[in-house]
Amino acid sequence: MMNRAEIKRSLGVSLWFVFLTFPLMVVRVDSINETIEWRWMNMLWVGLGSFVLSLVSRWYFRHRETRASNPLEPSGVSLQIRSWFTDPKHRWPLLALLALIAVAFPFTFSAYQTNIMTTALMYVVLGLGLNIVVGLAGLLDLGYVAFYLVGAYSYGLLNTHFDLGFWTVLPIGALLAAIFGVLLGFPVLRLRGDYLAIVTLAFGEIIRLVMENWNDFSRGPSGISNIDRPGFFGIDLTLNQSITYLYFLMLVMVVVTIFVVNRLQDSRIGRAWLALREDDIACQAMGIDKTKTKLTAFALGATWAGMVGVIFAAKTTFINPASFTFLESAIILAIVVLGGMGSILGVIIGAFVLILLPEYLRALSDYRMLAFGAIMVTMMVFRPQGIIANVRRRYEFKGKVS
Amino acid sequence: MPQSAQAILEVKDLSMAFGGIQALDNLDLDVHGGEIVALIGPNGAGKTTFFNCVTGLYKPTGGDVLLTPPGRKTSRLNGLKPNVIAKKGMARTFQNIRLFQNMTVLENVMIGRHCRTRAFVFGAIFRPPQTRREEQDIVDRSYAILEKVGLAHVVNDFSKNLSYGQQRRLEIARALATEPSLLLLDEPAAGMNPQETHELEQLIQRIRDEGHAVLLIEHDMKLVMSLSDRVYVMDYGKRIAAGSPEEVSADPAVIKAYLGESDDA
Repeated sequence: MMNRAEIKRSLGVSLWFVFLTFPLMVVRVDSINETIEWRWMNMLWVGLGSFVLSLVSRWYFRHRETRASNPLEPSGVSLQIRSWFTDPKHRWPLLALLALIAVAFPFTFSAYQTNIMTTALMYVVLGLGLNIVVGLAGLLDLGYVAFYLVGAYSYGLLNTHFDLGFWTVLPIGALLAAIFGVLLGFPVLRLRGDYLAIVTLAFGEIIRLVMENWNDFSRGPSGISNIDRPGFFGIDLTLNQSITYLYFLMLVMVVVTIFVVNRLQDSRIGRAWLALREDDIACQAMGIDKTKTKLTAFALGATWAGMVGVIFAAKTTFINPASFTFLESAIILAIVVLGGMGSILGVIIGAFVLILLPEYLRALSDYRMLAFGAIMVTMMVFRPQGIIANVRRRYEFKGKVS
Repeated sequence: MPQSAQAILEVKDLSMAFGGIQALDNLDLDVHGGEIVALIGPNGAGKTTFFNCVTGLYKPTGGDVLLTPPGRKTSRLNGLKPNVIAKKGMARTFQNIRLFQNMTVLENVMIGRHCRTRAFVFGAIFRPPQTRREEQDIVDRSYAILEKVGLAHVVNDFSKNLSYGQQRRLEIARALATEPSLLLLDEPAAGMNPQETHELEQLIQRIRDEGHAVLLIEHDMKLVMSLSDRVYVMDYGKRIAAGSPEEVSADPAVIKAYLGESDDA
C-alpha cells in the first residue's frame, strides 16, 4: 500500500512545512512584556498535519493514475447528477422539490438568510453571464465587473437625476451594459489568451477609476445613496416585504437566465462560440464570422451583468465604486471555473458554494478566508474540470446510433 | 472527365512575401469543374502558404484569386476574410488537423453548416418554427455527410477521441458541410496506412462525382498519380511544372526538384 519512498518523501514535505511555518506558528514575540513565547505544540500539529495530508494526496494521485482516466473528461459524477435533470422520471419531481424549497425559503428563514440567498442568486446570474464569455466562447474576461458597474450606475444615476423607476431602468441598464460589451469587444477582437485577459482587466479598472474620480458625474467615492427600491404596483412595502420581493425577483431572473442561456448554448450561435473557443482559425475557415461571434458573446454576457447591476443598486440602495473592484470579477470567474466551465448546473452550484460558504464559515471567524482558500485549492487539485463538467448534447437517429 | 470551360478557381500571378522572403512567386493555377487537381512539391515549397492565401488566412501581396462557382458570377477573393470566402463556396482542411476537439463529431460537422444558415439571437432564444426546421435540417444534413464519409457510428463521440484516419475524414466532412464548389485538401493522406489511403482515394473520387472540384496537396505520389487529372509542381514558391500526372513525372525539372542535381550523368 504505502512504500518506504513515499513515506520518506512525505516526511520531507512535513519537515519543510515545519521549517516554513516556524516563524509564523511557533515564535510569538510579546512586545508588551518583552518576552518570546515558543509554541512547540503548534510545530507538532503542523508537522503531523502536513505529513498526513501529503500521504493522502500521494495515495490519491497514485490511485488516479492507475485508473488512467483523463481528469478533464466528464466523469461519472457529472453524468450522474446531470441524469437527474434529464431523465424524465426524476426531472419533474426534482424540479418541483427545488421550486418548493425556493418558494418556501423566505417564509421559513429570517430576513438575514433571505438577503444572503438573494445575493447568491445574483451571483448565479452573474456566473451564468460570464459563463457565456469565458466558458462557451473561451474569452478570458477579467473585467466583467465593469458591466455590473454600468448596470448599477445606470439605475443609480437615472433614478436620482430623472426619477426613473426600477422597471424602466432594468432594460436600459441591460442595453447599456450590452453596448459597453461591444465597446470592449471591438479593441480586443484581435487579442486572445493572456493579452485579452490583461486588456479586459484594464477595462474593468478604467471604468471603476472613472467613476471614482469623475465627481460631477458619479459623485466619486462617496457614491450614490437613497436609490429607490423596486416598485411593486405602486404599493409601499416594508423593509422585510421588500427583501422577500427582491428575493422572488431574483428567483424569476435566475429561471429566465437559465432558460435563455440553455437555449443559446444549444443553438447555432452557441455552437459557433464553442468552435471559437476550440480553434479560432478553423472556425473562420468554416465560415463563421469571428467578429460577429465574439461581439455577440461579449454583448450577451454583459447584458446579464447589467441587469444584475440594476438589481444590486435597488437592493442596497447605495452604490459606490468600492463595490466593483477586481475582487468581484475574480469571484465571478472563480464561480465559473470552480463550477465547471460551460456547464449551467455547475455554475449554479459554484455560485452557491462560493457565496454561501464564506457566509456560513463566519463561525470560523479569522480563519474563514483561509478555510475558503483551502477548499478552493483542494477543489482545483481534485476536480480541475469543475464540480459539474460540461456534457455535450447527444443526438439520436432513429435507432441508427449504437 | 466532365469538364467545364469556365475555371472554378483561377489564380493569376499570385505572390506572397513575408518580409524579404518570397514564399509565392507569380504563381498561376486553375481548377475546372469536375476536376481533381494535385499540387505537389518538396517540403517548404510554399504549398500550404498557397492554400492560406487562397482561403484568406493570409492576404496575398500580389496577383488575383478569382472564384466562379457554377452558375454564379466571378468574385475576386484577395483580401476577403476566410469566413466570406467559405460562404462563397470554397472550403478546406488543414495539414495539422484542426478539429474542434471538445465538441462531438456531429457538432463539428454542424459548424460547417453555419454559413448556410441564419438563426441569430432571437431565433436561438424563442425558437420559432423556422429556426426549429433549420436546426433539424442542420442535424439531418450533417448526419448524411457523416454517413457518406463513414463516421455515422461515432456521431456522439468527442472528435479528439477519434483515430487519426477518422479525424482526417471528419475534417473533410466538416468542409463538405459548407457546400463548397471547390474543396481544398491539405495532405489528406498524411499519416494514414495503405488501407485508409485506399478508402480516402475512393472518398475523394466520390466527392468529385458529386460535383465538388478538388484541389489537393499531397506527398503520397501513388495517390496523386492515380487520383488527379492534372498536377502542378511547385518549388521555392514558383511553379516548375504543370500537366497530366504522366507528363509531370517525366519532367526533368520535377525530378531535379525532388531528387537533386545528379553529379555523374
